[in-house]
Amino acid sequence: MGEKTDVWQGTLALMVLKTLQTMGPLHGYGIARRIEQTSGNLLSLNYGTLYPALLKLEQEGSIASEWGTSDNNRKAKFYKLTRAGRKQLENEARDWEQAAAIVARFLSPAGEQA
Amino acid sequence: MKRLRAWMVRLAGVFFSRRREQEMADEMESHLQLHIADNLRAGMTPDEARRQALLRLGGLEQTKQIYRERGTVPALEALGHDVRFAFRQLRRNPGFAFTAAIVLALGISASTAIFSAVDPILFRPLPYPDPSRVMMLWEERNDGSREAVCFGTFHGLQERSQSFQAVAVMKPWQPTMIGRGEPERFEGQRVSADYFRVLGVEPVLGRGFDAADDQHNGPNVVVLSDTLWRRRFAGDRAILGRQITLDDNLYSVIGVMPKSFENVLEPAAQLWAPLQYDPSLPADGREWGHHLQMIGRLASRVSRNAAGNELGVILHSLGQIYAKGFDSSGGVSRGMLVNPLQKDIARDVRPALLAILGAVVLVLLIACVNVTSLILARGARRRSEFAVRAALGANRMRLVQQLLTESLLLAAIGGLIGILLANGGVRLLVGLSPAALPRVDAIRIDNLVLLFALAITTLVGLVVGLMPALHASHSDPHTSLQQNSRTTAGSQQMTRRTLVVSEVAIALVLLISAGLLLRSIQRLFAIPPGFDPSHLLTMQVQEYGHRFDKDADRARFYEQALQAVRQLPGVVDVAFTSQLPLSGDFDSYGVEFAAHPGDLSSEGFRYAVDPSYFAVMKVPLLHGRLLTESDRAGAPVAVLLSESYARRMFGRQDPVGQRIRIGPDYGHPDKPWANVVGVVGDVKQLSLGLSDSQAFYTTPTQWHWVDNVQSLVVRTRGDAAAMAPAIRRAIWSVDKDQPIVRVATMENLVAASEAQRHFALVLFEAFALVGLILAATGIYGVLSGNVAERTREIGVRAALGASPANILRLILRQGMTLAALGIAIGLLGAIAASRALLTLLFGVSPLDPLTYAGVVAVLAAVAAIACWIPARRAAQVDPAITLRAE
Repeated sequence: MGEKTDVWQGTLALMVLKTLQTMGPLHGYGIARRIEQTSGNLLSLNYGTLYPALLKLEQEGSIASEWGTSDNNRKAKFYKLTRAGRKQLENEARDWEQAAAIVARFLSPAGEQA
Repeated sequence: MKRLRAWMVRLAGVFFSRRREQEMADEMESHLQLHIADNLRAGMTPDEARRQALLRLGGLEQTKQIYRERGTVPALEALGHDVRFAFRQLRRNPGFAFTAAIVLALGISASTAIFSAVDPILFRPLPYPDPSRVMMLWEERNDGSREAVCFGTFHGLQERSQSFQAVAVMKPWQPTMIGRGEPERFEGQRVSADYFRVLGVEPVLGRGFDAADDQHNGPNVVVLSDTLWRRRFAGDRAILGRQITLDDNLYSVIGVMPKSFENVLEPAAQLWAPLQYDPSLPADGREWGHHLQMIGRLASRVSRNAAGNELGVILHSLGQIYAKGFDSSGGVSRGMLVNPLQKDIARDVRPALLAILGAVVLVLLIACVNVTSLILARGARRRSEFAVRAALGANRMRLVQQLLTESLLLAAIGGLIGILLANGGVRLLVGLSPAALPRVDAIRIDNLVLLFALAITTLVGLVVGLMPALHASHSDPHTSLQQNSRTTAGSQQMTRRTLVVSEVAIALVLLISAGLLLRSIQRLFAIPPGFDPSHLLTMQVQEYGHRFDKDADRARFYEQALQAVRQLPGVVDVAFTSQLPLSGDFDSYGVEFAAHPGDLSSEGFRYAVDPSYFAVMKVPLLHGRLLTESDRAGAPVAVLLSESYARRMFGRQDPVGQRIRIGPDYGHPDKPWANVVGVVGDVKQLSLGLSDSQAFYTTPTQWHWVDNVQSLVVRTRGDAAAMAPAIRRAIWSVDKDQPIVRVATMENLVAASEAQRHFALVLFEAFALVGLILAATGIYGVLSGNVAERTREIGVRAALGASPANILRLILRQGMTLAALGIAIGLLGAIAASRALLTLLFGVSPLDPLTYAGVVAVLAAVAAIACWIPARRAAQVDPAITLRAE
């Protein structure tokens, strides 16, 4: 358990957006669990930090919220991706992949020789 | 863009805090329930399930707080809290709130009112297009003094100068219109063709003057002011081309000026007519007199200096063209002075206004110091409150912010009351202002003044709150909580003492300035004017109409009016004079003395007076004889000289029998000599403070013309002012069409002649009084607070045998040390300030020992009283009671 990594600054939003894209409308607890599962339980998410992040995304218009009922019949606030959010996800995913690729080339032996 | 949107949502969030709070609680609760359900499913006990869920959330309240801060703008949210809290605090302490707000209101209203007066006069540009290019022009005499322009100068410069878009001259004109009621004399101006063009203002109706109007013997045309047009002609647009009768002549109305036109050169002017002087400069015409005011609008890209230089060069070439000189003063002026119009019209009032502005800043400062001290004292009592807040996690910034909110709120209340007071203050100020104050109509509370008041209020709020806020936030919560709230923190006492010292110092500066002004005024009014102003009524009488074109008819009217007034009961004696002392009249002519051949540099004030004038005014005869009824047309001209004039020209020689030429005869060898027949006492003509006593007197019939405007002086048995209606009726019984204006008692004229100093004095007195009161309450506040805090110590002293007298002395000494320190610092400040007052002082050294000693005594006495009350309270402390109270 001690090996878990904290969520890097700035990546939480991207994870939230990606999760909502894959899963469709989901409540806060669901998003948190899904992020943990997707990371293969390697990420330790402080659930408390998730809500301000959701609020920020909502204020920026990337996601929208609505009260609804969960699978086990509980009242919960569901978040879903807006059109602006979809676009933001595309952009940020591309940026992230690019950044990751660049870092990867630095770390590979071939990159060192070049 | 995204950021902006987020900010808008957050700002909106400020207003929906309750709903958001509820939703947040709901969402957290639903999150916990979902998590707990999962945990239960995983086999935990219900308690463990809830505990784990809370742990993973990272604490419910903390999460909510982070969420809240993201949901709105925390600083703004806090501000709302602070304002509400500050209101509650003030309401809980109405005495403090009231005192502080009133003190601030006094300071803010005084400075706002003064600013509203000073701004249009000294700072705000004149209401003309491109106002900085409008210049006032004067001739510069060889001794550096300035002199009004004569027509020859104006005409020559206008023809030749390239530096100006337009130049113009003007002189006062007071035409009379008779109608159904009493004759009305208007204030107006005779102006050259380009007058309105120089100012850059066009008539709103009809047209202004052009060159064809302003020609010798040109047409009688007139332009009306908006006020006159509405009042006398009901705003009738068909007025254009209509003829009106002024001074018994028909004038065609050709234009009406806009309502917004502010004629700063002659604010009272209601109508304008062309000057129509003769450019051929006839030998004995009015064209020679230096009596015209000249203005000009600089051409673009010509500097003031360049224009002045060019005019100077032209002036010299004019001197060569007219070899015999072209004006009544004999020689050509040294050059031309080109002054910005705004500076020029404010020239005389500038020193007084700046001094008053300085004084009001001091008043504001003293008010701020006073309120700071009050807040500090209150802060001492609230120390445990601040400590609790700090212990609960309020950081220093947060405390400072809260306290500043309180002081700003206080200032806002003070500012609001202040603006209301300032409104009255402005009216008071205008009522008090000397008649020479320019742009009086522009003095009012407008947006700029409100903005100023707002800025001052904010500044005051910050200044007043900052020091107490830093103090409060500085204290260590640990010790503050432990300590009894009655004990004092040493540094704070220090601060309050420093504040009291500065209050005393500022009050002293104000008091000494006021004292110096008061002494100046006393000195001035102690100067004998040369006549007896009590029981004297004066008024200006003008004859109207062509039936008085002949001098003889004119003289007959004045003679009959004199007889009619003389017969009134209550009238002792009465006389007419061509000019009246200390009334603003300025009528001086050249005098040539046979004893000083070739010297044409002398001039004196000219008085054409009835022989009874000297008895009416009580001007003493010193030598020779007075004028008599037999000094009339045809007889040899008899002249009286004023004492200093006679002494200056003849020294120890006997002036009686000396031959002189006066006025138009001066410098003309072909004209006969007049004889000096006597010497009378000096009379102040322009001002009590000026030694301008060169004067000569003749009878009206022996002067070259009979003046058509004369001043009546009446010596009465009882109250002079009460006689005015009867005297007016008596004159109108001779001829009902003669306008009578400027009715005033001589005493009022004397007082008004020092209006500017008087204006400054009244304000300084008021400010100094406010300063004195605030300083006294400051000392009182600090000492009584101090005594209250030291009750226990005093009790111990008393129990150990200190007598009440000992304790009284102890406290008194403490207070008086502060006062003495303040006085010492204030003296240095006063010495500096009195230099700034120099132009307003008269006959008093800026370091006048009597004033300084007197003021120090007054301030020390007031400080002693302020110390006495708390000291007595301390002396009466009963040791048994205070010690038991612990």
